[in-house]
Amino acid sequence: MEALLALVIGVLTACGVYLTLRGRTFPVVLGLTFLSYAVNLFLFAMGRLAIGRPPIIGEAAAGYADPLPQALVLTAIVIGFAMTAFVIMLALKARAELGNDHVDGRADR
Amino acid sequence: MNTLLLAVITPYLGAALAAWASRHGRLHSAWVAAAVTLFALALILPEAVAVFAGETVIQRLPWMPSVGLALSFRLDGLALLFALLILGIGLLIILYARYYLSERDSMGRFYAYLLLFMGAMLGIVLSENVIQLLVFWELTSLASFLLISYWQHREDARNGARMALAVTGAGGLALLAGFLLLGEMAGGYELSVILASGDTIRAHPSYVPMLILVLLGVFTKSAQFPFHFWLPHAMAAPTPVSAYLHSATMVKAGVFLLARLFPALSGTWEWSHIVGGVGLATLLTGAYIALFKHDLKGLLAYSTISHLGLITTLFGIGTPLAAVAGVFHIINHATFKASLFMAAGIIDHECGTRDMRRINGLWKYMPYTATLAMVAAAAMAGVPLFNGFLSKEMFFAEAVSMGTQMRFGWLLPLVVTVAGVFAVAYSLRFIHDVFFNGEPVDLPRTPHEPPRWMKVPVEVLVALCLLVGILPGLTVEPILALAAAAVLQAPPPAFDLAIWHGLSPAMLMSVVALAGGLLVYAGRRPLFDLAAHWEGRVDARAVYDRLLQGLFALAGGVTRALDTGSLQRLLVLFFASALVLGAAGLVDGATPLTGSRTLLEVDGVSLTAAIGLVAAAIAAVLLHRQRLTALIIMGAVGLVVALIFVKFSAPDLALTQLSVEVVTVVLLLLALYFLPQTGPAESSGVRRTRDAVLAVAAGGGAAALAWAVLTRPYESIAGYFLDKSLPEGGGGNVVNVILVDFRGYDTLGEITVLALAGLGIYAMLERIHLPGPERDAEGRPWNWDTHPVIMASLTRLLLPLALLTSVFILLRGHNLPGGGFIAGLVTAVALIMQYLANGVTWTHARLPANFHPIIGWGLGIALATGLASWGFEHPFLTSTFGHMHWPLVGDFELASAMAFDLGVYLVVVGATLLILVYLGLMHGASHPTLSPDPSPRGGGEARPSSLPQGERAGWEPGFYEDFTNSSTNLPPRGREPGRAD
Repeated sequence: MEALLALVIGVLTACGVYLTLRGRTFPVVLGLTFLSYAVNLFLFAMGRLAIGRPPIIGEAAAGYADPLPQALVLTAIVIGFAMTAFVIMLALKARAELGNDHVDGRADR
Repeated sequence: MNTLLLAVITPYLGAALAAWASRHGRLHSAWVAAAVTLFALALILPEAVAVFAGETVIQRLPWMPSVGLALSFRLDGLALLFALLILGIGLLIILYARYYLSERDSMGRFYAYLLLFMGAMLGIVLSENVIQLLVFWELTSLASFLLISYWQHREDARNGARMALAVTGAGGLALLAGFLLLGEMAGGYELSVILASGDTIRAHPSYVPMLILVLLGVFTKSAQFPFHFWLPHAMAAPTPVSAYLHSATMVKAGVFLLARLFPALSGTWEWSHIVGGVGLATLLTGAYIALFKHDLKGLLAYSTISHLGLITTLFGIGTPLAAVAGVFHIINHATFKASLFMAAGIIDHECGTRDMRRINGLWKYMPYTATLAMVAAAAMAGVPLFNGFLSKEMFFAEAVSMGTQMRFGWLLPLVVTVAGVFAVAYSLRFIHDVFFNGEPVDLPRTPHEPPRWMKVPVEVLVALCLLVGILPGLTVEPILALAAAAVLQAPPPAFDLAIWHGLSPAMLMSVVALAGGLLVYAGRRPLFDLAAHWEGRVDARAVYDRLLQGLFALAGGVTRALDTGSLQRLLVLFFASALVLGAAGLVDGATPLTGSRTLLEVDGVSLTAAIGLVAAAIAAVLLHRQRLTALIIMGAVGLVVALIFVKFSAPDLALTQLSVEVVTVVLLLLALYFLPQTGPAESSGVRRTRDAVLAVAAGGGAAALAWAVLTRPYESIAGYFLDKSLPEGGGGNVVNVILVDFRGYDTLGEITVLALAGLGIYAMLERIHLPGPERDAEGRPWNWDTHPVIMASLTRLLLPLALLTSVFILLRGHNLPGGGFIAGLVTAVALIMQYLANGVTWTHARLPANFHPIIGWGLGIALATGLASWGFEHPFLTSTFGHMHWPLVGDFELASAMAFDLGVYLVVVGATLLILVYLGLMHGASHPTLSPDPSPRGGGEARPSSLPQGERAGWEPGFYEDFTNSSTNLPPRGREPGRAD
């Protein structure tokens, strides 16, 4: 299972890196979203994997997953959304001001 | 009461007051400045009683006692002497400047800067902690920058100020490093610790580097060779500034530090050779160059450099008697040089120039000022009966006694005497060239005596020169003995401040200097020709300029090499260097990649989900030019990520990821409307291959890292949170308790970021003009159909249910999966659905359209919850909770953290809706007019009916048309209808 998650993190990172290296704003924003999936999963993985052990105190619980990375990732997801929103607005602003959607603001080469 | 702290702060408060007072009258700020200075003096003087009784007054204000940080101040003889110089001469300068500044100069700005400087200077001399001293040290650099560039319209003033700041600022950095080393060696940053551990410091292996760093700070500040070049350029400052900064205060900070650290650092071979050598070089260079300066203030500047060299040399010699002489000369130089600068300012003021080739024979025009200036110049030359003579003769005596103790020792008295000869010569030039030597040449103005009160400060200082020179025992001896004791941290040696010591070598040297000076001045013509020949050839300023240009060129070159204005290039560099650094960590191969942790079994469902995710992610990359498709695939990937969280025991994360995914996809859909629907295929094959290689390498690295971590056992601090969550946080959902209680402060920061992002986006959208496309990616025109009835009805029906769910999630969040973040997102999604299905018009009629207050309330509630715990004398954001019995519901826990969670909820709802709804509103303002005469910007007038019915496309993003219809119904703070721009 650990190998599977590592593979998923790797694929998401690779896709994110490839897309952020594109020359137009929209794929770069998609790439950043992919990267934030990868980063969130990676941070979450710092608490190791546990199945069926949510960190909710109860008498029947056999054990608990590490709640700390979860708390960190929860806010990271929300902040990640705010960041995506900000970047896409920057892209729109750039489109409005420069007339094209190239990341360097250049017209078609 | 911490009077010393108050005395240091007073000038800062006074600066604001002086700037304010100048609004009410031109001279008000001068009065304020004088009152502030007197007040600071009144604060310090009562403490002086204890100092005269032999005590060292130390006052502390604890700040972070656990790490030994405190605001601490010290008043001993040396500090008292300097405080008196700073405040006393400051007072005279304030009086002088009131007459010096012209109608066009801003009085408020001048006095505010002057007081800022005074406060910084007081801070240096009164600091007990050396780090605190350094802060004030840097403040003097900043304040002097402001003062030197006071006449901002003049280029030489700006350049001179920048040079002074660059040189003294660089020295300040070296001094910081030196102080850190010093504090480590002594075991504390308090002066009382440092001064008592001189032997430890001198024996320490890093004594020499520390000494060099500290001395770099001292030499740059006190304009010692070879850093002396900034001082003459700083003469572009108004003369009161020069009189204050460059005689009594700023440049004296360096020698003050030599005196202050004298017991801790002096007495080694390195000390005497570096300090003594640099001082001697400065003494000689300054005295020589001063003679050839035609600018009156230039002569005084180089003379100041020379005298600072003299003081440095004395501390370098390092005997107790030399230290006494050093302190004595600090006092004497401050008095005669301040008065000379003021006299030069009067002459400049009256003649309109400072060129000594044009200013001649002023005796006839201003005999009174001339007398004052001549007395001060005689003190500078070291003529008997004036104060300069006494300290200079002590200096000569020390040079002789030092000279007998070393090889080539005879050189020392010789060099010192030569410097004395030049000092007499330039002083003579100041007197003879300016006040005699024929008639003035082509002066812009006819000089006459200045206003009565402008002369008072000069009179006071000149009187001091004479009093000290004639009756040293009655005037200066008590404070000098006190200061010397503080410098030496021991009872001062016996010293005799008599004018006549009998025929001693020092007396002989004085006579030689006086006679030699007369001769040199008489035969100055050939020397002047020689100086003119060499002028500009040997110039420290040229070196400084070259260094500065080199630095700029280097910085520019590095920036240009890395940043060619291409994001892709920078990102490739960034990813590649991250890869190289990451790989470097793995290369040694000593640790295996796989750890020892027992791994979990793979099940079929997980395998299928993972394969699906991988396939979808790769498909998104391959199809990224078909943007809508790529976006939808990305949404699917996000959903699988949520499933991963479900699988691995993170229900809160799964809920968050799910709802964030919805709002992200809606947001990107809205944005995509304004961007090209398809991307061009513009990357070359080579570039795509390069990017793919980089991406695969990065992915491989991330996977390897994740694998390495996941397979290793670990110790976590989770146990603490799991144990304390219920008893101390009052909640069973540990993730939520961490967010709203244990780490509530972080969460407060995070929702603030969220609120700022929302407001930032709103601000960006305010001024944006984007035309919407007329056709979709496949060439079909946008469809302005009415809302799908079934969807509209269903969402309306579902809304109460959705809102109820979100309230439920919010309330139970403390004990079961949920909480403010998730509930906020669910509410936002439910409301956005209304916009999508029913249109903005319909929705705005039923919902508040202004989301700013919601964000404000949310932040306010979260903050108030935190502050409330102060009311119960608990730290910020301490949670409290209680058990209640509600009829029907049963036992119920109510935690104050739930109020905090409510704040989180409101911020999330407000920020999310703000972002999405305002982006949606742009659609309404952006549609191209479909009338026969389309305007470029379009407007809200486009009506669905004008569309050709036959061209309706198969699918439409149903919400677009809704925002169109709403363009006449924007929220209160929105744009005017039809006027998108």
